[in-house]
Amino acid sequence: MSNPDLMLAFGAGGVATALLAAISMVRGGLKSFRWEAYVGAFGLGMVLMGQYMGLFVAPRERMMGEVGRILYVHVPSAWLTMLIFTFTCIFAFAFLMSGKRIFDSLVESSIEVGVIMAILLQVTGSLFAKPTWGVYWDWDPRLVSTAVMTLSFVGVLILRSVLDDPDRRATWTSVGAILATLSMLITYFSVRLWRTLHQMQSSPDSVSDPMVVILRANAFAFLFLSIFFIAWRTRIAVARAQADEAPPLPPEVPV
Amino acid sequence: MTLLKQSLAVAYKDLLTEWRQPSRIAGVFFFCFALLLLFAFAMPNTQMLSDIAGGTLWLGLLLASTRSLDQSFHLEMENGALEGMVLWPVPPLAMFYGKALANALLLTLVTLALTPLVVVLYHPVWNGDIPTFLGIVALGCLALAAPGTLVAALSVQARGSSALLPLLMFPLVVPVVVAASKATTLHLEGDIMSQVDDWMRLLVMFNLAHWALDGWLFTRIAEDG
Repeated sequence: MSNPDLMLAFGAGGVATALLAAISMVRGGLKSFRWEAYVGAFGLGMVLMGQYMGLFVAPRERMMGEVGRILYVHVPSAWLTMLIFTFTCIFAFAFLMSGKRIFDSLVESSIEVGVIMAILLQVTGSLFAKPTWGVYWDWDPRLVSTAVMTLSFVGVLILRSVLDDPDRRATWTSVGAILATLSMLITYFSVRLWRTLHQMQSSPDSVSDPMVVILRANAFAFLFLSIFFIAWRTRIAVARAQADEAPPLPPEVPV
Repeated sequence: MTLLKQSLAVAYKDLLTEWRQPSRIAGVFFFCFALLLLFAFAMPNTQMLSDIAGGTLWLGLLLASTRSLDQSFHLEMENGALEGMVLWPVPPLAMFYGKALANALLLTLVTLALTPLVVVLYHPVWNGDIPTFLGIVALGCLALAAPGTLVAALSVQARGSSALLPLLMFPLVVPVVVAASKATTLHLEGDIMSQVDDWMRLLVMFNLAHWALDGWLFTRIAEDG
């Protein structure tokens, strides 16, 4: 586990497997095979290992000390939030282009998981900010755009919950998701023009090797768990949609 | 060219409706006036008022715009007017641009009517020139109108739409509030560092992105309407 290249290959293999499984699910095959359960179990194992390494194995952060260990939750959740919402936007475009209901289910589940990730990101972020910046919150572009992004996706979920017609709900959710993504991008640029405090992204060159490995381990753990949550939630959404569209039971004939 | 003509026809129809019942737009104006008074009560001293004048104008306008945008589609719900509109030989794109244009014009009108009030109530430093100020107002109102019209179309047919509209709209227009109030405040105070151009460029960018994308999104909504 000490070799970053090995970790990368390992993670890439996992991602490729998950993608293949997802494609097969979109195409309707492998319906009964709950592949995501294995991905989830694998992710749970990795998150336990990754958090253990983050808490006990990783070196103390030079400037921030023990507080810096929150990095191993904060940074992976930031990466995953971005990744999940990017996929939400892709799914939303795919739905508007193709009209396939599976994409609507994917949009719904990825928004829900993304919002959870974003909340985790902001809670750990403000816990991180208090000892390092001295405040829980500052009007930094990244903080503001994350908060705005969370709000707009929560708005989409609420919009979704008040619409009854499945066709309309599907289209409007996708429209809302695309708007929310656009708003996040512009908000980021507008607030960056306004002021900035958050450090620029670190790259593997600026972070010590053991920290990079542990960060990556945690990022892959979060990735696998997110794939599990999204796939599982998508199954629920698909089952619900089928239940909604099932023909009503025939009336009972009096004997 | 036909798209432009059709959009203008839709905008004319909306403005005519407003013109024939001016109490609605007057309601929006007095709503905003009341907000301006109330904002002042939240300030610890009157010196701060002149600093926040620009931002207050845009915040008040944003809150008031939820009222006027809500009405823009609620009107169409009466007597099945929306179904009638869908049957027009006009593409949904023209309907969106027409309605958004009408909303932008109404918002600009409200802003222009409010400006003297802001000057009287908040006594901001006024070092700016009128044309640039008008430019900021126009850009800001156009930027509020495009996403606002789309969101109004989304929320009007949902249950509890009056609560949903601000929830969906406010996160979308954060950049407009930031850029427009910054530009207004800087312009009024006398733009020593010439930052106003940056903020106006941001507003232009926001307008381009939203006026292009929202039209397409609206056609998707209208097809499922």
